[in-house]
Amino acid sequence: MKQSITLGKVTKFMGLGFLSTLKDLFTGKLEKEDFINFLRKVAVPLASILLFIGLWHVGAMSLYNREANFKIEKALTDQGPAAAEAMRECIASGDISCQPNTLPSPGQVWDSYKSLLRDHNIISADKAAFIEKTATLNAKRIAEGKAPITYTGRPSFIDQIIMSLKTVFAGFLLALLIAIPIGILIGLSPTLKSAFNWFIQIFKPVSPVVWYLLVFMIVKTILIDSNGDSSFIISFISVGLCSMWATLVNTAMGVSSVDKDYINVAKVLKLGAFQKVFKVILPSSLPLIFTGLKITLSVAWMVLIAIELLAQSPGLGLFVWEEFQNGANDSNSKIIVAMFVIGIIGFLLDRIMLTIQNAVSFNKNEAI
Amino acid sequence: MNATIENKKTEVITDNGLFPSSQVMLDLKKLKKVYPTPKGDYVVLENLNLQIKKEEFVTIIGHSGCGKTTMLSMIAGLNAISGGHISVLGKHIKGPGPDRGVIFQSPSLMPWMTSLQNVLLGVNQVFPHATKSQRNDIAKYYLQKVGLEDAFNKKASELSQGMQQRVGIARAFAIKPKVLLLDEPFGMLDSLTRGELQDILIEIWNKEKITAVMITHDVDEAIFLADRVVMMTSGPKAKIGDILNIDFERPRTRKAVLEHDDYYKYRKHLIDFLEH
Repeated sequence: MKQSITLGKVTKFMGLGFLSTLKDLFTGKLEKEDFINFLRKVAVPLASILLFIGLWHVGAMSLYNREANFKIEKALTDQGPAAAEAMRECIASGDISCQPNTLPSPGQVWDSYKSLLRDHNIISADKAAFIEKTATLNAKRIAEGKAPITYTGRPSFIDQIIMSLKTVFAGFLLALLIAIPIGILIGLSPTLKSAFNWFIQIFKPVSPVVWYLLVFMIVKTILIDSNGDSSFIISFISVGLCSMWATLVNTAMGVSSVDKDYINVAKVLKLGAFQKVFKVILPSSLPLIFTGLKITLSVAWMVLIAIELLAQSPGLGLFVWEEFQNGANDSNSKIIVAMFVIGIIGFLLDRIMLTIQNAVSFNKNEAI
Repeated sequence: MNATIENKKTEVITDNGLFPSSQVMLDLKKLKKVYPTPKGDYVVLENLNLQIKKEEFVTIIGHSGCGKTTMLSMIAGLNAISGGHISVLGKHIKGPGPDRGVIFQSPSLMPWMTSLQNVLLGVNQVFPHATKSQRNDIAKYYLQKVGLEDAFNKKASELSQGMQQRVGIARAFAIKPKVLLLDEPFGMLDSLTRGELQDILIEIWNKEKITAVMITHDVDEAIFLADRVVMMTSGPKAKIGDILNIDFERPRTRKAVLEHDDYYKYRKHLIDFLEH
């Protein structure tokens, strides 16, 4: 009983309140009055999801037919009726060689999702076997002072998701470490504010692509001696630089707009600079700082895909780009799978930040 | 010889009667406050003279916008002085400091701290050489005095407005200031809570006898709490209009004050001034 209460609280806290309603439905605890509430919270979203999938299916079908008809027409005008008939049969048979290349249907996307998972299982089994096989050899190599042999096979879809998450967290951490201290300094001192303001105003709207190029120019030269792969470093720095602005601006605003009463109390008590910052200014600007961090994380996740694609750094962005270049039969549906994965992870990251924000804010009503 | 003459003068209700300097805690001389505006200078206070004796409770009453709060925040050191000077025990003030404790109109507690932490914020600052447990004891003592012994570890944001202002009172007394400045501290409270807090305030004050200057809009509050009620003229160029000595014995009870023959005389005096 106690556990169900805490579960309900936790889900509500994270903005996933509908989950507990769903749970009540299955445990039969749902009251009659709650039924309308249930409809609104669970049935309506479910219906809209089904509607979305239906529309998608219909749209994908009509695009498929349009593409197929065009192929047959083209065969007819270029090569004559026999070729057109062959093309029609080929398309109808579902042969890979002549499938129309267009928006995949929901079913195809689902199949691709399952095939990506299968692929992941195969690769991880392969990897585990490799590690087992090289274990004794590697132990010997380490004892001899040589570098161990590592698995260099193709990364699976799941590996790429994990790589992307690593990049985004490294970038987010960098943004946090740069933006919060500078934001505090700018917020505290009007002099520093006028020193930095032009900088912020000019660089804030710069596109992620340009940030990437700038970072590339600098990091490439700095790491000119090392033979290692610098794409990860370049991409996480670019992500950090693109996404830090929201935190910077919000921190500066939070610090400079601390309630005048609190500042007066600090003045009357003659608090030192350190105490003033850590006991009064920072706690009171925490809600705004977290709003900034939340925006930063979602921006970081958004620009990550584009930057990975440019930097050729392993991750979801590169996955999407390689599938697009690949042009295989199921490439389009794999791209759509990646799209959903990106969206769902972005949503989860946002929820995690919201949860942390709620936990640290002194005023629960202020959290957005 | 001289002293006796001046002592007699204190009995007289007068604007420019001076107290002997040994008795004076707070001295405002030719105080002036000017706010520059695009249309020229706006003079809020001009040639304002006021002396407040040690262990005296003075309330200041006047119309809204007459410059009472400006004057108080100048005494606190939160507002720059345009002319004249303010001295505490003969020393000119420079900026704010814990020798002048302030109870603000809004409680101004740090909402992310507990009530104990809020009081400790000041206590730690004023008694840096005391041990941690001594400082804790000081903070807890004053929180008990304001009736918050059960709310030491409650976050300030969880307390009601009245409870928050109690913490504000505890915080101000706990730093043992020479002068206590109160800027309409009960203005935002309902009348029942206001009465409760007046009783708490006067009870602690009776024990500590810290020189207090309090702004209020409430005539009854002004009479109940004060040794003298200072009436300010309406701005611009506000100054002290009149001073009324309240001769009720201390410690006072609300009942005794209300039943006293002089009460309505005092009340009439103040209302006549305000309606003038």
